[in-house]
Parts: sequence; C-alpha cells; structure tokens
Amino acid sequence: MRKCVAVLSVLLLLAPVTALFAAGAGEAAEPEDARLNIIIRGVEDGVNHNMVVWILEDVIPAFEERMAEQGRDVRVGLIQFGGSDEALEQQYALDMSVGEGSDIMAFDGFWIPDFVEAGYIEPLDQIAGNAVWDWGGWDVIPEGLREIMGFDGEIYGLGSGTDVRKIYYRTDLFEEAGISLPWQPESWEDVLQTARELQRAGVPSPLQINAGTAMGEATTMQGYFMVLLGAGEHMYDFENNMWYGETQAIHDALEVYRQIYVEEELGNRSIQLAAAGRDQSFEAFREGEIAMLVEGDWFWRSVVAPGSEWEPAAGRDNVVDWAKMPAQQPGAGFNGQDFVSISGGTGFIINPNTSHPELAWELLAFMHDYDMQMAFQDIQPRITVREDIPVQGDPVMSSMAEELLQYSTVRPQLPEYAQISVAAQRMTERVVNEEMTPQEAMEAYAEDLDEIVGSDRVIRE
Amino acid sequence: MDDLTKRGNHILSVRAGVALLVPAFVFIGLFLFFPFIWVFLISFTNRTLLGAAAQDPEFVGLGNYLRLFDFSRWMRSGEFGHSLYLTVIFVIGSLIGQVTLGLAIAFAFNRRRGKLREIIYTLVTLAWILPETAIGFTWTAFLDGRRGTLNAILGAFGIEGVEWLLEFPLLSITVFNIWRGTAFSMLLFSAALGNIRPSYLETADVAGAGPWQRFRDIMFPLISPQFVTALVLVTLWTFNVFTPFLLTGGGPAFGSDIIAIHTYRVAFQFFEFGRGSAIAVIVMTINLILAASYLFGLKRKEVAT
Repeated sequence: MRKCVAVLSVLLLLAPVTALFAAGAGEAAEPEDARLNIIIRGVEDGVNHNMVVWILEDVIPAFEERMAEQGRDVRVGLIQFGGSDEALEQQYALDMSVGEGSDIMAFDGFWIPDFVEAGYIEPLDQIAGNAVWDWGGWDVIPEGLREIMGFDGEIYGLGSGTDVRKIYYRTDLFEEAGISLPWQPESWEDVLQTARELQRAGVPSPLQINAGTAMGEATTMQGYFMVLLGAGEHMYDFENNMWYGETQAIHDALEVYRQIYVEEELGNRSIQLAAAGRDQSFEAFREGEIAMLVEGDWFWRSVVAPGSEWEPAAGRDNVVDWAKMPAQQPGAGFNGQDFVSISGGTGFIINPNTSHPELAWELLAFMHDYDMQMAFQDIQPRITVREDIPVQGDPVMSSMAEELLQYSTVRPQLPEYAQISVAAQRMTERVVNEEMTPQEAMEAYAEDLDEIVGSDRVIRE
Repeated sequence: MDDLTKRGNHILSVRAGVALLVPAFVFIGLFLFFPFIWVFLISFTNRTLLGAAAQDPEFVGLGNYLRLFDFSRWMRSGEFGHSLYLTVIFVIGSLIGQVTLGLAIAFAFNRRRGKLREIIYTLVTLAWILPETAIGFTWTAFLDGRRGTLNAILGAFGIEGVEWLLEFPLLSITVFNIWRGTAFSMLLFSAALGNIRPSYLETADVAGAGPWQRFRDIMFPLISPQFVTALVLVTLWTFNVFTPFLLTGGGPAFGSDIIAIHTYRVAFQFFEFGRGSAIAVIVMTINLILAASYLFGLKRKEVAT
C-alpha cells in the first residue's frame, strides 16, 4: 500500500515531463519535406487585406509550384495577425526571446536595432550563408534603401517599400466651406486658417495631427515628426550623435499642438487619447467629421482604398486629395525646406530560429523578385525599393512619390530610438491632455532623454 | 502528526504522508517560489525584452526601486506614484460599492424566497462567473461614446451622451468592477444572515426593536467576521485586478493606469523587465501585508470563539 502511494506520486510528478517528450517526438515526424510560415500584420477583408491576398494568391502558389518542379514538397502557411503594430512587435519579441516564431516575419525597419541588440535576429548572410549575395535583386536596390532593413553595416532582411507623409483632405467639405481647390498651404498659419474656416462651416474637428501614446509610432511619424520638421528641426542631430531635448523648435511644435487641441479645439482630442483612436480617426475622416488628416501613404493605398472599410461613401478618388505639409514659414522647415515629410520602411526578415534557413531565404528572395513585386503593384501600387519597379497604375500615388521623396528624411536607425519615440508621444499627450504646459512637457521629455541616453547626449539650447 | 503516530490510530505513515505532499511542494516551488525569487533577482537588474540589456543585463542595485520612488516625478502620468494614487481610489470605490451593494441585496432578500430573488441572485452571480474577455467586450460596447448602449438609453430620455471611457475612465472601471464583483459579498452576507437564529430576531421584535435597531444591534455584530473577510478579500482582489485593461487599456493618457495595468505596461509594453519586476516586488509585498492581516484576523477570531 505504502509503496503504491509512493510510486503513484512519482508517476504523477513525471506525467507532465513524459508528455513533453512525447510531444517532441511527434513533431519530428512531418510528412512533407518542409513547412514554412510567414507572419504579417494583415487579415483577409480587414487590415492590410491586399497583402494577404498577394501572399495567398500569388506568392504561396507560385513558390510551392516552383519547389514542386524541383521535386521538393514545400508547404507555406500564412499567419494573419489582426492586432496593432505595437502588439505585433510585442508578440515577436516574446516569441523570439524563447527561440520561437514564424520563419519569415513582416518587419518595420525601425524595430531592427532593438532586436539586433537583444540578440534575436541575425544578418541574412549569417542565417543563409553567402549565397544570399548571389541574388539578382541587389543590383536594383540602391544602397540607401537596403539600409531600411539594416543596422550597423549589416543587412537583416529585404525591404519591400518606403513611404511619404502629407495632409489628406476632403475636397467635398472644402467646397462646401468655400475654400478654393486644389489647396496647398504655404505655412502653419495657412493650415490653421483653413481649419478655422472649416470649423465655422460646421466641420466638427477640421484638423487632426496625431498625438498621444495610444497611437504609438503613428503619433511620432504622422504627428510629432511632421510638426517638428516644420519647425526646422529633426529629433536627432546626426552630425554630433545627440538628441534634441529643450529647443525652440520643440517648444513651437508643442505650442501648435496646444493651439489645435486645447485653445481653438480645431482637432478632436478624445480621438488622440482613446485606445482605438487611430481607427476612430479613419472613421471620422470617412464620415466627414475630420477634414484634414496628416497620414502616410498607407492611408491612401489601404485605409481609404476603393472597397475598403474606411472608404468615404462618395469614393476615395472623388473626395480625397492631398497637400504637402508646409513648414512653419516658407523656408523655415528642416534643412531650410518649404515642405516636410518623413519616410519609414517595411519589409521582411528571416527568423534565425527557422529550421530551414536556406529555404527561408529562397522564399524571401522569391517574394522580392521582379515578378512577385509586380504582382503586388497590380493589387496595390506603392513606392518599392526596387529601381526597376515604377509606382504605376495610380497617378496620385505616383505624384506623391515624385513630389515628396525630395523633402523626406528618415528616423535614426538606433536602438534607443524606440524608447525615445514613446517619450515624445508622452510629451505630446501631456500637452493635448492639459496635464502640462508645452514648456513643462518639454522639460519632462528632456529628463526622459537624460535617463535613456545620458545627459551628455541631450541638447539643451 | 507525531501525536497521532504515537497513538497508532493513523491512516497513513509519515513516509506515505510526505510522499503525498511532495508533488504539491514541488509544484509550489516550481511555479510560485521559483518565479518569485526570479522576479526578485531581476528587479535588481536593468533587464529588458528588447535592446542590449536583453542580452547582457547589468546589476543596478536598488536603482529600479529608487527610480520608482523618485519624488520629483512621482505623480506625473505614467509614473508609479500616479498609478498607486489611482489604485487607492479604485480600491476604495470598489470596496465601498461591492460591500454596500452586496450587503443591501443580501439584507433585502434575507429569509425570502421567490422569483425576484432568484432572478437577482442569478444575474449578480452571472456577472461574477462569466469569462473576462467576453465581459470586457460587452462593457466596451456598453460604454462606447459614439454607439454605446448606455448613451443610446440616455438618449431615449433626452440626455446627451458622454464618452464615458475617455471623460471618466476611473469612474467607469470602478463601476465596472463593482458590477463584476458584488456577487462575492452578496453570497457571503446572505449565508451569514441566513445563519442567524430566528429566535434572536423574534426576541428583538418582541422587545420592540425597529428594523434599523435590529440590523445595528443584532445582525451586524453577528455577521462582522464575514464583514472583515469581505473587506480584506475584496481589497486584495481589487488591488490585483487586470480586467479593466480590456476596457481602457490603462488610458486615456494613463487615466486608468491602476497598478496591475501599470506593471504590465512597464514590463510588456515598454519592455522594461527590471523596473517591471521592481514594481511587481512592491505589489507582492503589499499583497503579503494584506493577506497576513487577513490571516491574523482569522486567527484572533478562532481564539476568541
């Protein structure tokens, strides 16, 4: 009896352990040669629908067929992630910190430094060998655009495209308010003046420039950067490797936020604070509650694209137009420019934890070959990194690229950037929410910078 | 145990007893004690999930703790003090709401049967046992400013709606938490009230006591142990509750950044494991104090009876 009890308890204790081994043994016996998974932020009939279609209908069948021709039974799966960019980054970090994750991952370029320093991702040639340099695509991707997926001299993935930022506006609301079209403001005051006219004409929140932590990187890129560049400054001093902490330009940028959201209520501040604020801003633009929205070209390509969830009833091409974001005064923008823009870059990386590194590289290269990239251009024209692929099929997209790329700058590809970006979002939030004055919020931001990079790398004017 | 063994009327031997306890101890050690030590150790490092400190965390001594108690920034939005302040309001509000409401329902239906009682008890209990995620979505839909059910109902009476989760985030999650947790107090108090001997109350009636006197002088003293239990347990649970995250995500602008959400955001949204662990250690300490006071209270009562 006693022995029985002892044996039983030992067995109970070991049960989970044996189960583990059993599961491991099962995994090893896969029938096909190999299985690869791609993960993207995208859902069929939801966010980034076009990319899902491209991968499911173009990439996967074509790649599996090519493999079959070579006598290899390769299956490719797509994991559709429906959450926010921030949630996807969190998922990646957690997966990779325990050595898991999909083989090919859609990646935002500015995540790379943080993941590299954490030791989660590795250069392409380390994962798949020097064969990666034999790929023909390198000849048509300029050095500068390879860096989208690079850090510290190494290349970690292939960039798919880049983008530019501008003001989208509703032509129907402008006409109703008696504002002449096409509209192109020359200064901040022009923008504010237009917003006031629209407000008088009954548009509830005429001007929306992103602020706050809830929107994450969309606040930094579409909001803070666009205003700060207009005030003549970048967040980072590339020559001296320092971060701007307390400056007149930052103060001016925050002051215009205060003017828009607090003093004149030209924008809807609750959208900037709500957890689902970005979607709400798309909805409000669709419903004609917002007349001017600063966004990237993803907004045009995907958010208000024909047939999408947020397309205005009268149709994107009939009621949506765009204007360049002006500097505070003509010539007062970053680098003495009249207009400003900033570009991000997205692409795909190979997870170093993959069991099939060479095959994963083949798939990654295949996705970025001419044929597949052209197939995507047919579904959704965009600015790609390949010189041999024009932005075609959408004249608006073409003109945005043509006019704005010359003004556009980029984020510093540095590991501290992500944290500093959050600090900047918080700074705008504190002003919009009236927790602090622009001056106080800027001082608190500079303190955050001290903590992140050390006060010797923070510029105080 | 020893006494029993000596007397020889035991069911199991000491060895068998120990053998039966070993799995429990191993599991507690593995899943409770080990993570606790782990978190405690990490709280003295600058470990992160991303960036260089993910690979080579450095020992920073009490740095994380000193940073939490840096009083020059203590009450700014998104900081520890601010979160603690919100938590105290949230806990006190929830506590008063849950205990009063639970007691009121239990009192109203004391010694009564009938459909109304069954309906109310079922609904209140249902609110307690339904899955959190489902509840989270329902409440978001209920409180939504643009198309929420609550504003629709108010609109029917000609009252203009409010963006509840944005204008009154802390109030919203407090009301939500009261709704969610009242069942516990209600069940506890109705059981306690049911155990009071009818003769006590009858005697009071004969002596000419009014309802309030009956409650104050007879019922309340008899249920006071349960009252203390409710106070401590509800405080403990509310202090640790994370479900409001599903309603507000801790926002807007950190307006509902209660301590459980704060810990999560620091550790898993801003990826600062070191500082997140330091917060967790402080939270665990507060929990231990609360739990100890509860157990101490129980002990004293046992001695008294």
